[in-house]
Amino acid sequence: MPEQKPWDETTGSGAISGAGAGGAMDLAVDEGTTLEKTPGGPEGTGPAGKPRSLWSDAWRDLRRNPVFIVSGLIILFLVVISIWPSLIADQDPLNCDLAKAQEGSRPGHPFGFDGQGCDVYTRTVYGARTSVAVGVLSTLGVSLLGGVLGGLAGFFGGGWDAVLSRITDIFFGIPVVLGGLVFLSVVASSTVWPVIGFIVLLGWPQIARIARGSVITVKQNDYVQAARALGASNSRMMLRHIAPNAIAPVIVVATIALGTFISLEATLSYLGVGLKPPAVSWGIDISAASQYVRNAPHMLLWPAGALAVTVLAFIMLGDAVRDALDPKLR
Amino acid sequence: MRGATRARWAVCAAAVALTATACGGGDSGGGGGADGIVSSSWGDPQNPLEPANTNEVQGGKVLDMVFRGLVRYDPKTGEAQNEIAEKIESKDSQNFTITIKDNWTFSNGEKVTAKSFVDAWNYGAALKNNQKNAYFFQYIDGYDKVHPESGSASAATLSGLKVVNGTTFTAKLSQKFSLWPDTLGYAAFVPLPKVFYTDHDAWLSKPVGNGPYTIEEYAKGSSMNLRRWDDYPGADKAQNGGIDLKVYTDNNTAYTDLTAGNLDLVDDVPASQLKNVKADLGDRYINTPAGIIQTLSFPFYEKVWDTPDAVKVRKGLSMAINRDQITDQIFQKTRTPASDWTSPVLGEEGGFKEGLCGSACEYDKAEAKKLIEEGGGIPGGQLKISYNADTGSHKEWVDAVCNSINNVMGNNKACVGGPVGTFADFRSQVSTQKLTGAWRAGWQMDYPLIQNFLQPLYYTNAPSNDGKWSDQKFDDLVDKANAESDKAKAVTTFQDAEKVLVEQMPVIPLWYQNGSAGYSDRVENVSLNPFSVPVYDQIKVK
Amino acid sequence: MGRYVIRRLLQMIPVFFGTTLLIFLMVYVMGDPIAGLCGDRQCDPATAAQLRAEFGLDKSVWHQYLSYMGNIFTGDFGTAFNGQKVTELMATAFPITIRLTVVAIVFEIVIGISLGVVTGLRRGRPVDTGVLILTLVVIAVPTFVTGLLLQLLLGVEWGIIKPSVSSEAPLDELIVPGLVLASVSLAYVTRLTRTSIAENARADYVRTAVAKGLPRRRVVVRHLLRNSLIPVVTFIGTDVGALMGGAIVTERIFNIHGVGYQLYQGILRQNSQTVVGFVTVLVLVFLAANLIVDLLYAVLDPRIRYA
Repeated sequence: MPEQKPWDETTGSGAISGAGAGGAMDLAVDEGTTLEKTPGGPEGTGPAGKPRSLWSDAWRDLRRNPVFIVSGLIILFLVVISIWPSLIADQDPLNCDLAKAQEGSRPGHPFGFDGQGCDVYTRTVYGARTSVAVGVLSTLGVSLLGGVLGGLAGFFGGGWDAVLSRITDIFFGIPVVLGGLVFLSVVASSTVWPVIGFIVLLGWPQIARIARGSVITVKQNDYVQAARALGASNSRMMLRHIAPNAIAPVIVVATIALGTFISLEATLSYLGVGLKPPAVSWGIDISAASQYVRNAPHMLLWPAGALAVTVLAFIMLGDAVRDALDPKLR
Repeated sequence: MRGATRARWAVCAAAVALTATACGGGDSGGGGGADGIVSSSWGDPQNPLEPANTNEVQGGKVLDMVFRGLVRYDPKTGEAQNEIAEKIESKDSQNFTITIKDNWTFSNGEKVTAKSFVDAWNYGAALKNNQKNAYFFQYIDGYDKVHPESGSASAATLSGLKVVNGTTFTAKLSQKFSLWPDTLGYAAFVPLPKVFYTDHDAWLSKPVGNGPYTIEEYAKGSSMNLRRWDDYPGADKAQNGGIDLKVYTDNNTAYTDLTAGNLDLVDDVPASQLKNVKADLGDRYINTPAGIIQTLSFPFYEKVWDTPDAVKVRKGLSMAINRDQITDQIFQKTRTPASDWTSPVLGEEGGFKEGLCGSACEYDKAEAKKLIEEGGGIPGGQLKISYNADTGSHKEWVDAVCNSINNVMGNNKACVGGPVGTFADFRSQVSTQKLTGAWRAGWQMDYPLIQNFLQPLYYTNAPSNDGKWSDQKFDDLVDKANAESDKAKAVTTFQDAEKVLVEQMPVIPLWYQNGSAGYSDRVENVSLNPFSVPVYDQIKVK
Repeated sequence: MGRYVIRRLLQMIPVFFGTTLLIFLMVYVMGDPIAGLCGDRQCDPATAAQLRAEFGLDKSVWHQYLSYMGNIFTGDFGTAFNGQKVTELMATAFPITIRLTVVAIVFEIVIGISLGVVTGLRRGRPVDTGVLILTLVVIAVPTFVTGLLLQLLLGVEWGIIKPSVSSEAPLDELIVPGLVLASVSLAYVTRLTRTSIAENARADYVRTAVAKGLPRRRVVVRHLLRNSLIPVVTFIGTDVGALMGGAIVTERIFNIHGVGYQLYQGILRQNSQTVVGFVTVLVLVFLAANLIVDLLYAVLDPRIRYA
């Protein structure tokens, strides 16, 4: 985000007002929109004319943001190799020769071999499908479920809050190991869905708490009070005024959680209840490589690197989306 | 506002507390020489430390230091030798007269008498005491009365045991069993002092025995300090001042502590560290055979596995497993490819016979594939090898075995691992006959006899015959061997029975497990006995 | 305020019953734990039946639950399979884990928030990018590996710390384990603080404060940080429980006999008495932490009121 210059670099107050009011970002947006989106403005959707929605505005912003373009390209690449891994890897990830276990790179096998003598490059490519699916879908599920329940609890407060929050507490109390052994060991399916379902089931309380806290803060803001005074409906307030302003912490937590969910899948597999063998995923390979990190760090480096790049892409994406949704930046 | 101030104060206080205490000094073990203390890794015993209730190696370690029985297995050869027993005699391999030495006492001064043994055995056998090793007393007459299969006991004591006088008692067995005296070295057969019965809780929190060490301090779940008992009457007096056992939840940490100089002995070097052992420890590393064999078992209660064709498939699978490569690459030679169903610790004389399995246990890609195909292929099209994922890191070798089979079959899905979350769940699936494919099995000997490697595992309806394999010829040979009064003849008859296993391949032998240990430069004369337990009393501190 | 707190405390009662019942049922459906007690061989049926009777496993699940709850109210949390009282296990495990958690939380607060403020004020600058890379490393490399490497470097190579924590687990030995335990949460706290700070840096009250000519430090701490802390405080609140119960890996690497280890063992051995006891206490910790977080909201943002 090179253009945005928050008030940091110099001291003194001049920089602040300068950056806030006259930042380069403003150039990109026409006056009308800026005004309309300013939260201080009592009602952005006044009767005069049909203004573009916040979301379409955000999209317009995003398309011009290089951060968004780069992260989008990385994610697109990940999606493509998840669907057609054979595009860039011509070997079989399950074809392993124990004689080559833990050996380093050589022609045709740029990343070397893992503890079972499988080709690390091929497994890293093929692992993308599972890991990206688990990471992205679990994160979506967790954010939706947690965001909605937490948001409702925060918005309505009182009895709603008490019931929803206490349910959250109970779910928080279930240890992952116990939950995994109970819920997943009875499932015979060898797809990623049970794992995703399980992560959503145990993962939503955290997002719910974050969303609830965020909504409680945002709901106190003047523009929300004003909207309420003007008779805006609950759903309108929530979608138009609260959600865009309360979403930032949820995005932050969700993008980081994406990486931890990919690792969590490995933990579940390690416990014997995750993906059924012979599944291939970054998580499984990272956890298998972990114990050999002293002797064969290359086994860890590549799947962990792939995981890091994925998380980076989503963190960047999250940042870009958050900025696009923040009217103060315009 | 008030809250914020208070929160900041709390942070500062914590920070102060951290820096103030962040200067802990190291402590070192006691002096050197004959009174030096050895620190050693330990695992939390699963069961209370009663002798007849301890069925795993961590509790076994302690019992081995604190107790001595009638017979002791030589730490080097595994041969059974009289310890407290003066002599154990029998004319008919069924009625035994046991005479004990007169000079033994418990560390609390109580004399070890014939009654100390008989009472302890009766306690161990009685159903009401919940002793998990009660079945060790099953050969003694009257066991079915004190420990019936169902219902409540109809007798309080074993009718086969009789105290004759202070130093003599007799034991009548329910069947002929010539090698029975050799089984008496197991911890379940040790004598117990009176305080064990009169103040059981106190005894449990600090067990009292008759071995070379006494327990000075026992903090359950974290440590146990044992000290040399100076008045120990036996010949194998402790060569050091004592042993401090420290509980580690991960043997990796124990190994790291050893390399950092905080620990003297680790008796279980993790597989992932084996490549570093040379660099970290030099020659302070032991890798010796232990009485443990690992196998793949099959469900004979499933029709498809109990056919003549399935014999071919099992033989083919056995030949499809590249044991040499797996023991080299995965276990770094801490396991040895198996070529029979016993263990090298028995020795040639005890019945171990290298190569008894013949070509059926040797890797042969072409022949393996041919046999499996002749037998109609793997039943169900895919072999699933079940294992428990929580302990023992079985995943690695199961995956390697499957890869080996898959490579032979030219099919990446011919064999897959089947992890089960917990050991308890795994064992209950095995014992309730829920598994339809193969599963991993491991057998750690109770006593170094070929009988122990065969009868409990393959005899019809034997307690650990989980696959429910049954063969009349095998059973007859085992019966015959047990009745044989000449030890050498008994052993060869057991080997004849073992040859039935070669023909039928009811379980596939994989490898013999070694004990592996590393020690610090503070100590010397470290060794492991055939049960892979360190011989603590012989360790010397420099 | 007082009434609100009382109401929240009263809500703990249904949660307590709900959790105990849920966890009890979950351990129950895991199946029969007895088979695992006899090693790689079958328990003889008579002993197995006797053991089942002793642990009350032969009764119906409702009967088991009711008698368990009855015992809890007399202070008896049952016995683990190795014969130790669960209360005894809790008495040794919780103090250690609480110390470890405190160390981790202090790291999260001190390092996490500082890094968050610095990166939030300097978005897009090298320091921001550097911290982002650190964040990615922490997320992508398993705790197991970071813990192991720190242990090898600090414990074995440089000899600064002892590789394992002694059974008393004093605070100074817990510093490195606490840092390892906090590492992933640090990533969250840093990014949350960063985002919040960056967002609020443009808020009217900050401009006002700056316009008033307040010193920069005061603006950051009093106005900007205080208003940015709500998501961070929420996260740390939820993390307290997660850190206490989920420190399995860290506790294993550094050989700490804390709650995570006991809970893990209890689950693997399918001992409902240990598991339910520990989880129940953990849930009570959650409830307390969440209550404190909710009260902190009102402190941090005076507009939030609880009746």
